[in-house]
Order: sequence, then structure tokens, then C-alpha cells
Amino acid sequence: MRLIGRAHIEAVLRPAAPIVIALAAGGLILALLGRDPFAFYAQVVRRAITSQSGLQETLVLMAPLLLIAASLIVSFRAGLWNLGVDGQFLLAAVFVAAQAPGWVERMPYWVAVPALFLLAAAVGAIWSIVPALLRAYQGVNEIISTLMMTFLGLSTSALLVKTVFDDPDTAVPQTLVLPVAERLPRIADSLVHIGVPIAVIAILVVHYVMTRTSFGTRVGIVGHNPAAAHHFGLNVPRLTVGVLALSSALAGLAGAVEILGVRGVVRADWHPSYGLMVVPLVFLARFHGVVSILFVAFFAVLVIGGESASRRADLPNHFLLIMVALILLILALVERTAGRRAEAL
Amino acid sequence: MSAVEALLSATFVTAFVSGAVTAAVPLLLVGLGEQISEKAGVLNLGLEGMMLVGAYCGFALALASGSFWGGFGAGMAGGAFVAALMALLCVRFALNQIVVGIGLTLAAQGATSLAHHIQFSSTFPRLPRQPELALPLLSDIPVLGESLFTQHPFAYLSAAAIVLLAWLYRYSNVGLNLAAAGEKPAALDLAGVSVVATRCWAVLATGAFAGAGGAYLANVGAGLFVPFMTNGAGFMGIVLAMLARGRPSWVLAGALVVGLSTSLTTAVQVAGFQVPTDVVQMIPFALIIIFLVAFGRSARLPEALGRPYERGAH
Repeated sequence: MRLIGRAHIEAVLRPAAPIVIALAAGGLILALLGRDPFAFYAQVVRRAITSQSGLQETLVLMAPLLLIAASLIVSFRAGLWNLGVDGQFLLAAVFVAAQAPGWVERMPYWVAVPALFLLAAAVGAIWSIVPALLRAYQGVNEIISTLMMTFLGLSTSALLVKTVFDDPDTAVPQTLVLPVAERLPRIADSLVHIGVPIAVIAILVVHYVMTRTSFGTRVGIVGHNPAAAHHFGLNVPRLTVGVLALSSALAGLAGAVEILGVRGVVRADWHPSYGLMVVPLVFLARFHGVVSILFVAFFAVLVIGGESASRRADLPNHFLLIMVALILLILALVERTAGRRAEAL
Repeated sequence: MSAVEALLSATFVTAFVSGAVTAAVPLLLVGLGEQISEKAGVLNLGLEGMMLVGAYCGFALALASGSFWGGFGAGMAGGAFVAALMALLCVRFALNQIVVGIGLTLAAQGATSLAHHIQFSSTFPRLPRQPELALPLLSDIPVLGESLFTQHPFAYLSAAAIVLLAWLYRYSNVGLNLAAAGEKPAALDLAGVSVVATRCWAVLATGAFAGAGGAYLANVGAGLFVPFMTNGAGFMGIVLAMLARGRPSWVLAGALVVGLSTSLTTAVQVAGFQVPTDVVQMIPFALIIIFLVAFGRSARLPEALGRPYERGAH
């Protein structure tokens, strides 16, 4: 299997124009607000790419984002819209944060860590079971049910952190803290932990499975034409439940990697809500694993650099949402016009 | 006074019921709005964003002008503006409705946070309590009268909208066109009615309703605007519309159940029982999931929902 071919290069270059247009539009907004757009973008690059610690933080942020992207690729390719990744991510993170200190103490490290990852996958998968069953056997639209489960998951997580998982010795509600020495091993004395390469491998494996195996083909048929899938003798309800379980298990793993790799603790008010922002990236990549890695990298730069640049420019952190939305909408439009032109020729 | 007496006192019932109505009206409006575009075949994930922009515009204008009615006008205009983008991209250009919906919601969240940061984040202004209108006679009904019929005038308008929409859907050409655009757009096209125009107007109406719901939430419910204040209410409106199977009165029923549950938990807190705020926030969503499990099978969506219409493509 060739990982990089002409199609990939095209797939990367294709969204380059919309990204440039979106960055320009974002710059225009900055200028209208009286901020210097060039200083803003220079700070993004300085913080997220050219400073050594910043680059490491960018790479570290990619780990959970890549696992979320892998999760979305699995479900989107099956034509299932798992928009509940944020709830699955956070709930898994909460369980892992609460159990990690105890498990690491009681078990050998190399047993405890995989066990914690399994726990995260299980929690994520369980959180999608109701929408999955509703979709498979009742035909209830999963977009809405998974979104509802996300909102339910956010408050459930906060409640858990404030009650059963609360560390009584701290003033603010939070779980026990996993000591830095017990977190995922780091690579060559940097901030980058082994979760980063694991996440890259995970998304590549997902890509391979979805494009090159019979399981992936079956899932694809269900995604493109459920009626045809039924005629081929595929068990559509069972595949639906399986795909959503797999997808949300991956979202759960993303939560585990964030806790075990970086944070070591969950505070009650923490909910990063990466999921809805990774959705557009996966769309831009047309559900392609390798291309998704590049988009996730771009997005991670925007988050790490944008945070610092926004602070300097006295803008709220959520300014970034405007940029993401601009890129998404402009890309969708450009794709459409390009498609039209191709048809006309 | 014992806790049980507190729960049964007239003041408590009044606070409980009017709290439920205040919580239900935004959901009702956003649900009614979504019902219009769902009927016409457009799934509107941008609803959350339309509501949020409505909340911001409504609050900003009411604050600047002191006019509550102006606030609702601005809220509706704000919601309709986001809806116009949605109509342009999804109906006119036939882009993916999920992508555009999420994109518009993200953009609205970012833009309103930004505006809040610039305008309000150092002063945190609040609106004075909104004027209420006690309906003559009805508000004199013992126990429930005072709470149900002493509301902001816009609440009565929302109730009137239910009747108007039900009439439109059943007895007018507009209703028929909407249903055709959602069920069999090609047939509507053959009949000489533009599918694109029908859907565009439907999406615009949805935006105005969602914007009004947001303005109600900010101006009447909270008296202030904070970023992300809709907190999923727009998405909840989609579920209510989905479960209502095209009937406006069912949207009201769903909105009232969710409103009552929200109000009940706050009321119980007021009566002195400790209920964590997370539980209060959780209950509406848990209820919706229970609704979906119980009635999900019978939730029916239009045939062509989510599919852009292009002549000759089917």
C-alpha cells in the first residue's frame, strides 16, 4: 500500500486555497477589530511551531485530536453521524482520571496502563449504546440522540467529579492527581509522550481497516446504501451497533490519552469540546486517515498558537471558533464551485 | 413551615408554574421554528447558532434602546440572518446540511463570544425585569391563573403562533407546499412551485423563530447575555420537532414537559432540598433521551429530509 500518492498531494493542496481565503478573512476581522493581523499570525507561528516547547505542545495536543478523528472516520464512513464524541471523550477521561492513581499503585505499570485504556474504551462505547440501539432497531436519527448524550455526558461528568470521584483533600472539585512520574513515558526528554505515536498509528490502522479490509467494505456499503447492504445479506443493525461502539471507544481512548499523557486530573469545569471542531476537519479530509493527520496538525497549531496570540491581542479564546467555521464554510463553497466547473467542462 | 407545606403553598406553585413557562417558551419557539424547515426537508443543525445570535442581538438591542419589543425584533432579525446563510449554502448551493449546520453554530458561538468580550465583559450589564401583562379575568383564576396568565406579552404571541402554524399546515397552500418540499420535492417542482424558494422561506422562518426563542431566553429568562447561554436548547428544539410529527401542539407539550422538569428542580432547591446544579442541567437531556426511547419508533421524518433538491437529480 502506497501511503503517499498523487491523490494525497491533491487532497492536501485542494483545501489550501480555502484555508488561505479563511485566514485572509480572519485577518480582515482582526483588522476591523483594530488588531494587527500580521502580528497575530506571526505569534501563532512563533508560539506553536518555531518555539521548541510550543512545537512539543502542538504535537501533544494532536494525540487526543487524532484519536477523535479516527473515531469520526469509523462512523462517518458507515454513514453514521456520531456527534456525541465530546460526551464519550469527557466521561472516559473522568473515569480514567479517577481510577488511574489507584490502579497504577496496585498493579504493575504495564498492566495498569493498558487496563486504563480498556476502561476508557468501555466507558466511551457504553455512552453510545442507547443512540446505537435506537438507530439500529428503531430508526431514530443518531445525530440528535448522540448530541443529547453529549450534553447529558457533560453534566454527568461534572456531577461525578463533584461527588464520587472528588478528591476530598482539594478545595476545588477535582479527581485525584496522577503523579507526573506515573504518566505516559515521554520521548527523549521532551513533553511528547508515547500517546502521540500511538495515536498516529491508531488513525493509520483505522484508515487501513476502513479502506482495505472486508470489514471496512461492509461498513462502507452500509454507509452508502443500507437497503443494498440488507440485500447483500449484511446484518445492518448489528453493524450499526458495532460501528458506533468502535467509534465511541476510540473517542474514549482520546480521553484516556489526554489524562494519562498530559493532565493527570479532571476538574469539574473542564470540558474541551474538541469533538465538534474535529468533525469539519475530517470532512475536509473526505474521511481520509492520512490527510486527516495533516489537518489535525494544522488545527493543533491554530489552537496552541491561537491561544497565545488571542491573549496577546486581548481577544477571547473562542475567537478560534470563527476561524474554524470560516475555513469549513469557505472550503464547502469552493468544493462546490470546483465541482460545478468540472461538470460544465 | 415544614418542607411539605412549603411545597404546597400558593407562592410556591406560582413560582413553579411561571418558572416552567419561562423555561418552556424558548424551547417552544425554537421547536416550532425547526418544525417548519423539517417539514420542508431541511435538517437544521445551525439552529443552536441561530438561537445564540438571536439571544445576543435581542439583548444588545434591548439594552441599547430599552425596548423589549425592539429586542425581539432584533433577535428575530439576527436568527434570520444566520438562517439566510444556511439557506444560501444548503438550499441554493446544495451543500451538506450537517457540515454547514455545525459550521454556522461554531461561527455563531465564536462571534457572540467575541462580541460579548468586547462589549460586556468588563461591565456585565443586566436588563431590568421585563414588563408583564396580566390577562384580565384569566389571571384571576385561583392558584394557576396568576402564574399562567401573568407573562411577558411575547409568551402569549408564541402561544398564538401554535394556532396559526397548525392552521397554516392544515388549511393553506403554504402548508401543502412545505410538506411537498419535504416529502416529494420533484412533485412540487412539477406543480410549478419552486422547491428552492419554498425551502429558503422555510429556513428563514425557522431562523426568525429560533432568534425570538434566543431573545426570550436572554431578555425575559435571564436578563443578560453570556456566551454559550443556549447550552444545547437549539439542539433540543430539533428533537422536539422530530418527536412532534409535524404537529405544533405536540411541540408545546414537549416544551412544557421539559420546562416543568427544569422548574421543578429549581423549585425543590428553593424549598430547601439540596439538588446539585449539574442534576438540574441534566434532567432535560435525560428526559429527551427517555422520550426518544419511548416514542422514538413513531418519530417520523419527511422523506427528503437532509437531501438538497436539484432538478433532474432524482
